Formats: sequence, C-alpha cells, structure tokens
Amino acid sequence: MGTATSEQTTIKGMPGKRYAFFPGCVSKGACKELKTSTEIVAKHLGIELDELKAAACCGAGITDDVNKEMTDALNARTLAMAEQKSLTLLTQCSTCQGVLNKLNHQVQTNPAKRERLNAIIGESGYQYDGTVEVKHLLWVLVDEQEYGLSKLREHVRKPLNGMKVAPFYGCYLLRPSDILGFDDPHRPTSLDELTRALGGEPVHYGGKTKCCGFPIQMMNPRNSFRMAGNHLSEAKSEGADAMVTPCPLCHLNLDARQPDAQDVLQSEGSLTGDIDLPVLHVPQLVALALGYSPKQLGMQTHIASTKPVEQKLAGG
Amino acid sequence: MPELITLRIRRFDPESDAEPYFQDFTFEPPSPTATILDCVNHVKWHLDGTLTYRMSCRSAICGSCAMKVNGGGQLVCNAQYRNHLDADGMITLEPIGNMPVIKDLVVDMTDFWAKIEGVEPFVKNETPEEHGEHLMSPEDFLNIDDASNCILCGACYSECASYEVDRNFVGPAALARGQRLVFDTRDEDRQGRAERLSEYGGMWDCTHCFACVEACPKPVKPLLRIIELRQDAHQRGLHDNNGSRHARAFVDIVAESGWLDEAKLPVKSVGTLKETLELLPMGIRMGLKGKFRPNPLHLLPGKHHPEIPGMGEVRTIIKKTEG
Repeated sequence: MGTATSEQTTIKGMPGKRYAFFPGCVSKGACKELKTSTEIVAKHLGIELDELKAAACCGAGITDDVNKEMTDALNARTLAMAEQKSLTLLTQCSTCQGVLNKLNHQVQTNPAKRERLNAIIGESGYQYDGTVEVKHLLWVLVDEQEYGLSKLREHVRKPLNGMKVAPFYGCYLLRPSDILGFDDPHRPTSLDELTRALGGEPVHYGGKTKCCGFPIQMMNPRNSFRMAGNHLSEAKSEGADAMVTPCPLCHLNLDARQPDAQDVLQSEGSLTGDIDLPVLHVPQLVALALGYSPKQLGMQTHIASTKPVEQKLAGG
Repeated sequence: MPELITLRIRRFDPESDAEPYFQDFTFEPPSPTATILDCVNHVKWHLDGTLTYRMSCRSAICGSCAMKVNGGGQLVCNAQYRNHLDADGMITLEPIGNMPVIKDLVVDMTDFWAKIEGVEPFVKNETPEEHGEHLMSPEDFLNIDDASNCILCGACYSECASYEVDRNFVGPAALARGQRLVFDTRDEDRQGRAERLSEYGGMWDCTHCFACVEACPKPVKPLLRIIELRQDAHQRGLHDNNGSRHARAFVDIVAESGWLDEAKLPVKSVGTLKETLELLPMGIRMGLKGKFRPNPLHLLPGKHHPEIPGMGEVRTIIKKTEG
C-alpha cells in the first residue's frame, strides 16, 4: 500500500521533460485541433513544450523537388534552434518528423554537407552540429525512456471502453526504417500499444502501413482518393469505430477528403453504403482517455462526424 | 535440443484450390546462418516437393526470389532467417503483391516487364562512335551508378501504393531505369525521356511513401531516383503539370511567408479552371467547419498570408541558397 502510494506520488510529482516543439504548418491551419489537443495532453502529463515559433515550414518533402538547398538550410536552422536549447525536437506530424530526421541523418553522416549548410545559416547566427534527436509525439508517449505507457496508464481517467480503433501508421513514422528504427516497418506496434493502454481495442487491417494518398491529391486525385477510401473502408469492415493517425496530412486525406474517397469508391463499384468513419489525431485519442471532452479537442471541426466515438465512450 | 522454426507459406494451385491458404512447415534450419531461401529450399527438397517458387543465383544478382516476408516484399536469398523470426519463431512468406499469382510463390510479371520496356531501357545514340565506343566520364557515371544496380526483382512493385490502385502508373523500377537514362550523358533522347516521364502516370504520380526504398535490395532506392527525375525536370523547364506547379508554388509560399498557406497551394497547383472548380466543394466543406478561412484574395497575385517571426532570417537563408 505504502509502496503503491509513493509510486503514484512519484509519478504525479515527476518533473516534466522539456521538448523543443515544432508544431508544423497544418496544425496552425487546417488542423488546429491537433495543436490544441497536443497542448492539452502535454500540459496534463507535465510535458513541457518550448515552441519554436520562428521555425520555417519543413517543406513536406515537396520543396526538395525544386530547391533542395533551401529546404535543407531552413531545416538545418530549425534543428539548430533545438540544439541551442539543448532539447530533443518534438513533432506531432509524421511528415515533419520524416523530413527533419532525414536531413538530421545526412548532417550527422556527411561532414561536407554539414559544413555547407552551416555556411548558409551562419550568416543568420545559426550553427548546427548534429546533436539533436527528432521524435514524434507518439514515440515520446510510448517510449519508456521518454514519457512511456506505464506512466500514461496512471493518468487514464476515462478508458476508451473497448472502442475499436484502426491504427493508421502511414509512411514516415516507419520508412525508411534504417534511419528511423523505432517500429517494425511491416508489423508496427506503437499505435496498437497506445490504443490498448488507453482502454481501446486495436483493429488489424492491411492498409495501416500504406500511404494515405495525400501527396498526390493535386496530381492524381482519383488515385489519391482510392488509397484513402481503401484504407477507410477496410478498417470499417474490420469493425473499427474510429481510425487514429499520427499525421495531420493523412488526416486531411482520410477525414477532410473522406466524402471524395467515398464518391470514388462508390462510382467504381468497390463500396456499397457509406464510410462514415471518424478519424482522430493521436493526442485526441489520448486526451479523450484523460477525460477531456470532444469539444475541448476540436472534434466538431472534423468532416467525418465523431458522434460514433462519443456514443461509444458513453457506453452506447 | 535443436532450434525449430516454422515457415508459414501461402499456397495456391489454381488447378486444385478454390482459394489460397497458409501451410506451416516446422523444421530445424539447415544451418544457423541459413538464408530464408535456404529454408524454403529445405522445405521443397525434404518436406514438400510441390512447393513452387522462383530462384537461381542465391547471390542477390538474378532477382528471381523476391517474396513478401512478414508482409513486406524483399529478396530472400540475401536475408538470414534468424533476423526475421517473429515472437513465435515463425516467418510468413507470401508471393509478392500487385501481380497475379500463377502458383504458390510464383507471380505473373508480364505487366512489370511491359513497364520496364515502356521506358525504352537502352541507351539511344545514333552518332557514330569515335573511339569504338561512346565514352562517359567517371564523374558522370556517378549520377547513374545507383540506378544501374537494379536486378529487376519486382519487390518495389509489390509494395508500391500508386501501382496498387492504378496499373497505368509507370512504377518504381521503370522510373529508376528512366532516371538512369535521363542522366546518361551518352543518350540522345534525354529531353524526350524527361518529357514523357513527366506525363500523367509518370514521376509526379509517385506518392513519396518510401515503400520501394524499404523493399529494394540494392542501392537503386527508386524513390530517391524519382526525386532526382523531378529536380531534373524542373531544371529542364518541364513546368506544365500539377506536380511541378505544386512544388514550385510550395517553394514560393515558403519564400513569401515562411510557412504553408493551405488555401493558396491547391489553387496554385492545378492547371485548369475545371480543376479549380473541383476544389470548391472541399473548400466550402472545410470553410463551414472552420478548418480554414476562405480568402478570395488568393485568386489574385501577391501575398495574403501572415509571416512567421524570424522571416528576415528565412529570407537571408533563401537568398544565399539562390546565390
């Protein structure tokens, strides 16, 4: 009894770890609810977020196609900002994480490149020596060396009531695995473990490690919506009450474009009925289990109604 | 007690099976350092001679033995079994994806070969040779070194998200072969190749998902070659497609305000009025939910988006990268 109490006290009183927070553009635009939810979760758990407000867009892997040097230099500047603070850089977006970790790996393994980029950012007073770690919020929550599920479980006040959650890992948290190495690229477990820790039940479906289709929304919308639609309908047919994604760009295709994905699948005869699958951001799923309301987490701004989630949580 | 492992193999014989099924083979591996292919051979030679698969060189040269290992396409002759056992001491093997199964682990690669042939996978040069051969400098060769290593195993097509939903997509290995030829200084059709690969179904239809990079057993890493193709197409002035417009608009927006203007990017990415109008339902839908504020000014030239703090530094850096 005494041990349990002291453990609990230790957990609640544990000083929070501080991160250099790179929120990413989409969480300041079309998915504001993501940033709101991350900040709620961080505050609740005692994770300190030192937001890099002057950091530029990561370029989402797109700006490389036209101006790689600009992209690399702006991202080196962002990494240098975290290095100046001696903090691990935290993202809540798989894509930002992927772009920053890719460059970080290059800077760490290619001294000539590091020197060249430092010559560019040096004029603005920055230097990057390659010492920063870049981590996604999901990894921080799951990894016992960072925050960890054992501590998170202690904070769950409103378990997800067996809600069936389809984890959508997508691309950049898994690949290329030789640079990232957090999860198995073919059989990842982190989102599944998080879901279980929150009282939900992970649903297995084939599309969870595939592309959501977002990057080609403008180039080949039909293919893009086929991808999103296939994953959503597959998750739904496996019994999912909701899907959860660690990437706001995936959210834009899976949620904001869900009506388009549904139209494409229906017009091609590969879907009968509607999809109607709520798609949650990782910190929304966490915050629901911590006891926050869907409204506090901005879930009313989603395109696919999140009512089924609310009903499930209410025991319906 | 010798270590026992289980290969769970997807079987299918169209002459006798209505549906594919999994069959488990449990045995002592031929050696502690055996490859997955050695283990598959053990099954065929000692346990079930009807198991059908392709293999030849056992040295990651011939490209015959690509299979899905625990869900991901890869070669099995260059992978030791002990690195792929799951918690139950099992490895699951399936035929590579996105191709029709002929029998067991053998797939019909007809479309894969058609895609490779479609990019005219040979150097085109009609100029008479001066030295008995067309020469290339070692520096120039470095640009095509990685792509030249392709062994045509098909593992990248197995995992390709775009090819999965659209057989019109040229696909990773063929685009990598395209890069190898667009960057080959001996080739006399480099501009034409870049133009054709910029069309619908080509380099801009790749989703950038890294699945081909993960699957590729060689340094080819198709996505990285596709990015080089895009950079090259940009420099050649091949700008009249949504992929190029999207990338250039993205760079312009970052240079203007330091962060993404989500309302402006889609509008600047499309090339026709029809496509612009097709964006409207999404815009209205998201506007009504408060996901962004529609700004009609975006239809006009110029900047209508607040700058990030520190934009002066961003401008200085961009200027240096241009100079």
